[in-house]
Amino acid sequence: MKPALLLQTDVLIIGGGMAGAWAALAAREAGAEVVLVDKGYCGTSGVTATAGPGHWWVPPAEREAAVDKRWLATLGLADKRWMHRILAETWARLPTLAPWYGFGVDAGGETHYRALRGPEYMRALRQRIEAAGVTILDHSPALELLLRRDGSAAGARGWQRRAGREWCIRAAAVILATGGCAFKSRLLGSGNNTGDGYLMGAEAGVELSSMEFSNGYCVAQGGTTMTRSMIYGFATYYDAAGREVAPPSGPDPSVRTAALAAALLEGPVYCSLHRVPQDIRLLLAEISPNVPLLFARAGIDAPYDSRFEVALHAEGTGRGTGGLKLAGDDCQTSVHGLYAIGDTATRDLVAGANTGGGAVNSAWALSSGIWAGHAAGRLARRDGRRADEAGEGVGGAGLRPVGTPHRGLDPAPFVRTVQDQMLPYDKNHFRSAKGLEDALAALDDAWLEIRAGLGSPHPPAGDDGRGALARREAAALVASARWCYRAALARQESRGLHHRVDAPVTRPEFDHRLLTGGLDRVWTRAQAFPQTLVHTPSQPQEASA
Amino acid sequence: MIEVIVDSRCNACNRCVEVCPADVFDAVADRPPVLARQTDCQSCYMCELYCRADAIYVGHDCERVEGVSAEQALASGTLGQYRRHSGWDEWAANYCNLHWRMDEVFRRAAAPPAPADTPVLTTPGSQP
Repeated sequence: MKPALLLQTDVLIIGGGMAGAWAALAAREAGAEVVLVDKGYCGTSGVTATAGPGHWWVPPAEREAAVDKRWLATLGLADKRWMHRILAETWARLPTLAPWYGFGVDAGGETHYRALRGPEYMRALRQRIEAAGVTILDHSPALELLLRRDGSAAGARGWQRRAGREWCIRAAAVILATGGCAFKSRLLGSGNNTGDGYLMGAEAGVELSSMEFSNGYCVAQGGTTMTRSMIYGFATYYDAAGREVAPPSGPDPSVRTAALAAALLEGPVYCSLHRVPQDIRLLLAEISPNVPLLFARAGIDAPYDSRFEVALHAEGTGRGTGGLKLAGDDCQTSVHGLYAIGDTATRDLVAGANTGGGAVNSAWALSSGIWAGHAAGRLARRDGRRADEAGEGVGGAGLRPVGTPHRGLDPAPFVRTVQDQMLPYDKNHFRSAKGLEDALAALDDAWLEIRAGLGSPHPPAGDDGRGALARREAAALVASARWCYRAALARQESRGLHHRVDAPVTRPEFDHRLLTGGLDRVWTRAQAFPQTLVHTPSQPQEASA
Repeated sequence: MIEVIVDSRCNACNRCVEVCPADVFDAVADRPPVLARQTDCQSCYMCELYCRADAIYVGHDCERVEGVSAEQALASGTLGQYRRHSGWDEWAANYCNLHWRMDEVFRRAAAPPAPADTPVLTTPGSQP
């Protein structure tokens, strides 16, 4: 076995997506030495790299009104102060990515900052952080966190899958930026988002919040990963008999998830793009070039004149609002020296029960990265690295089985179990107590098997680093699924990105956030918080703190 | 899912090996990379974007390998299309990143249909 790569730094960032990259920049600004590790390549890895985030972008004079309006959609569970914070941070920060990112200028000479194209955004961020002196370790997935005896975050261990050796990095502070969990759904760019940060955070003692708001799906050309919804705003959908299904019903016609899911449960759904205006057809290649590429590759030569099948891909906690619970304005967790940002952190502070189209999540990813990066850098200066103190790995499931490690135990069937329970529309979009209980029985069984026998003889990786990663991903997927569904079972109502067919109305007794956590045994509990709630027609009474 | 690296175009720069988030490729000294873990491909198309030789073909089917040959990939006429339309590298002057117009498209989709849409015609490759 090759000797491990041993490093020391001030701030270790686990995950090189949009949030992690902004955090790396901020930590450097705070004077810290920074190491960023990514499971894949910082620049192509994660859901920002393949997409096109439109940040929530509001000039100062319009913020009061914008926050008040958006807060209604959060259905009482967000915090206006945080919503203002991410607007202010995004407004100040995003333009500073020029000239690494070439922001568009319109015919009137105005520069447009809000919507960046994914690959170029991540390419710009990588170049920016390289220029700032961040050390990037690509193809270096983390396997577990290290904690000191006092429970503080000391660093992490992982595997370098191209170099073929373990890595161990000690740090003053650790930022979890591993993205959300899309449950291996084929959502574009989400293959690495297996909930690793949720598992690592939970193993360190962090709780989670709002994991039940996770029933979103995105439309895509059938058989492909192309979950780029813009053009589908003009879509007309039909069933196999040619009857129109899923007409536009809400303010955003590109999102018709419930109706499409219901139709897909009955049979195939076909899309016609005949309503796309001529000028937009001509623009599509230069807005989202991967969309027409996939039409061409699939032999759809006349995408506006012929019908093609569509699919829905689960967005999990990426579109959702849940994640690791935060303990303060710097996105610190309850564990000293451990921060959570982007989709790894809960976004209920800014999105409540409803993500509102991704703009809020994008502004959140940027802002949380900046705040945590600065704070982690300051903590490093204040506390020092404390690298002489022992740091112990706290990884459990998939790493250190409580039973005998079963060398023949393959993680793949556990991944299929997660997909079987988290991807079907009649389990995850149209939830019910019975459906959730049945799913949890399968998921809890999977957890027990993993906990007992999945692991390597010499953790964390033994001599099989790629295998160790697959085992940890399986454990993180199962853990994330259990937290989502336990919380969904506990919230006996429907609200935002959580729909219960057996409790279809929003109920005032659930005007609170739901916390969840636990590994072998998953618990949920209500978190009351001071917030004035707005009377809406489905709520018979107005409640206030 | 990734189908093939067209050997006749590949210059073994190994950029795809470097940028693949799913660790699909293994580099081979002085030769095109091999698809060492082909079915780990997550169909993100990043390798096509980063391949300046336009040598990589990722099929539309994200669940299975279709079996597209190098000859078929060349005949498709779509090798390098993603990189070209993205205006990367030598294509920067020909294709613009018009992603900033995405909001406008969402807004028009959400607006009530007008009796006749007034076309704002631009052709691909127009200057910003």
